[in-house]
Amino acid sequence: MTQTPILALRGLTKAYPGVVANDDVSLTIAPGEVHALLGENGAGKSTLVKMIYGLVKPDSGTMHMHGAAFAPQEPRSARAAGVGMVFQHFSLFDALSVAENIALGMENAPKLGALSRKITEVSEAYGLPLSPDRIVGDLSAGERQRVEIIRCLLQDPKLLIMDEPTSVLTPQEVEILFKTLRKLSAEGTAILYISHKLEEIRSLCDSATILRLGKVVGHCTPSETSARDMAEMMVGSTLKTPMRAGKTPGAVLLDLQRLSAKSPSAFGMPLREITVQVRAGEVLGIGGVAGNGQDELLAALSGEQLSGAGMIRFKDRDVGQLGPTARRGLGILTAPEERLGHAAAPDMTLTENAMLTGAVRENLVRGGMLNWPAARRFAERIINDFDVRTPGPGNAARALSGGNLQKFVIGREVLQRPEVLVVNQPTWGVDASAAASIRQALLDLAEGGAALIVISQDLDELMEISDRFAALNEGRLSEPRPAQGLTVDEIGLMMGGAHGMEVAHV
Amino acid sequence: MDLSAINPLLFVAGFLVAATPLIFAALGELVVEKSGVLNLGVEGMMIIGAICGFATAVETGSPLLGFAAAAVGGAALSLLFAFLTQITLANQVASGLALTLFGLGFSALLGQSYVGVKPPRLAEVNFGPLHDIPVLGPILFSHDIILYLGFAMVVAVWAMLKFTRAGLILRAVGESHDAAHALGYKVVRIRTLAIMFGGACAGLGGAYISLIRVPQWTEGMTAGVGWIALALVVFASWKPWRLLLGAYLFGGITQLQLNLQGAGVAIPVEYLAMSPYIITILVLVVLSADKSAAPASLGRNFHASS
Repeated sequence: MTQTPILALRGLTKAYPGVVANDDVSLTIAPGEVHALLGENGAGKSTLVKMIYGLVKPDSGTMHMHGAAFAPQEPRSARAAGVGMVFQHFSLFDALSVAENIALGMENAPKLGALSRKITEVSEAYGLPLSPDRIVGDLSAGERQRVEIIRCLLQDPKLLIMDEPTSVLTPQEVEILFKTLRKLSAEGTAILYISHKLEEIRSLCDSATILRLGKVVGHCTPSETSARDMAEMMVGSTLKTPMRAGKTPGAVLLDLQRLSAKSPSAFGMPLREITVQVRAGEVLGIGGVAGNGQDELLAALSGEQLSGAGMIRFKDRDVGQLGPTARRGLGILTAPEERLGHAAAPDMTLTENAMLTGAVRENLVRGGMLNWPAARRFAERIINDFDVRTPGPGNAARALSGGNLQKFVIGREVLQRPEVLVVNQPTWGVDASAAASIRQALLDLAEGGAALIVISQDLDELMEISDRFAALNEGRLSEPRPAQGLTVDEIGLMMGGAHGMEVAHV
Repeated sequence: MDLSAINPLLFVAGFLVAATPLIFAALGELVVEKSGVLNLGVEGMMIIGAICGFATAVETGSPLLGFAAAAVGGAALSLLFAFLTQITLANQVASGLALTLFGLGFSALLGQSYVGVKPPRLAEVNFGPLHDIPVLGPILFSHDIILYLGFAMVVAVWAMLKFTRAGLILRAVGESHDAAHALGYKVVRIRTLAIMFGGACAGLGGAYISLIRVPQWTEGMTAGVGWIALALVVFASWKPWRLLLGAYLFGGITQLQLNLQGAGVAIPVEYLAMSPYIITILVLVVLSADKSAAPASLGRNFHASS
């Protein structure tokens, strides 16, 4: 590549108190290149793209765009220079319409009527169907992402930054996104692509830069490098793949019969006649696009939401009317998806959080009095066994990074010797090596005779650990099928295919 | 009982006057809450506006200068709230309550030498022949400029929120300050401006009570109008037109019950006195049944830490 690069970074350094987020990072991106940025959680990927987008100022180092010095003071100037960014956590406003959301991200937004026409034009040109008048709060995750992408495209970007774009999409939606990205790249737009999903990077990206602890540790051509090699470059050591022994499942522990429940929230999805059994030693993987009843299913199983007589049986005992504490006492444990605020109380310490769910099964309460030393020992055990990186159990849950807190909340349930464990998104936002150790812990638990239900958006994860797979779609659960030998197409169909994709033939 | 003692024309004209302080205070708070800030200090800013306006009008002899001073006074007090909640990230509920208590006490101190003084009167706007139209003339065209300003502000705020980019940005900040920050909008600056607008409006509302409605100065004379304004914003589902309707309803029933008292209706005075509150809340509760959502970031402090 002999052209002037679109973006050239030289020696970028950014330090936060106590940690160097980026240390002497350099990279170049040519026009039309799809460049992957790889690294574990906390490797400094987000900080780097925030500097390019003008949200964070580097301590030292230079950036050049099209050969000219480039030092955006704020996102506005970065956007003016032709940088567009699609955020990991969508930066959208639920109560506003699609057109209003897009107008907010533009410098010189035209009148809403004219803007709506442009939105329709661009969305058709790139095969991203989207109606400008809809309220964003009603859109699916895939549609929300299209809003962000179209917002960037309307400003004619030279460089598009995508932070974990596929984590919430169905396989079919991923295909559509990739078609759009390839089309953009063919038109000369450079793309900086951040993802944990190495297979995706191998199929999409032209080159990759790998970060570890803020430093560039290598470059590679993804199509010529195996996913395993890339993962090991990210981690800096050999990667352990979760192992499981082939075994025959035992007796039915959890039996759901036509479980139906209204959703507690106004925008939620009701559960519709879910029937499934889970046996001791078995892992049931449940896939499906977010918002199809995952949270409601977890609430029904944990006891946050009570269900009708006979709908949930545990070892032939009707537990549908029992609350969460009673179910925990029996051995039915759950770990919800939302780490801060649902699985853990953000401003309480890890010891207090360990007490909150562990009190019953770990005997941390005597006659109404709390046994804090025991809770502290329990928290320390979780921290040691699950490699939670924190100064100690006295730290607030909020102070932990997402991946570390995830290890804590999963470890907290696993160590309580559950007979049935239900987890939602067990490795969400967790890097490759930590994810592998969480999956291994779940498999070990099943090995020990527990029945597991793993709800996840990550199909690779589900294929790796499930014995049987089922998908949630509009609150209904598909017939579970043996996970081995399922193809991506079959899974996509079980998940209900792509949403609103009928017109999307590019 | 003699209902014929109630003059319908004076009654309608009177309720427009009774509703105006409420319109100002509630409209300002509506803008503040749309930006995602809950300022419970409306009552305090109103009473500060009432005394600032009153004192300035008496000293200079100009009621209009008085209203200007009221707006400045209200905005200045709201800056204290903005400093506490936007810079030091103090709790908004506690800061707002403190602002009310502070405003009530401080206004009493400022107003000591003004008790019993008569303020200069603000002349009615001269509409010429319009004033002489039967029925409509006395109702619509015989008021002071500030009352019309109140109505115009409702229209202006509605149009600003619905049609302008500034309004869109304000709503966006109130909806999700994190997303607005990620797009490069200055959340703290926008909210501070909204808070000051709310303070200025509350100050105008307070001065309307002390300079026109009553008109004289007594301690604590806003008598809970600020709290009604807060409730009105919520029950009006953060919509300017509903807010106007609610304010007129409240003003109308207040005026009606005063007239009924004067006419000697055989209902105990206490029931009459509570009727505006009860009826306004009932009507607006029914209206707000559609659950049009509050700004999603309402009352949450923002810090650009991540």
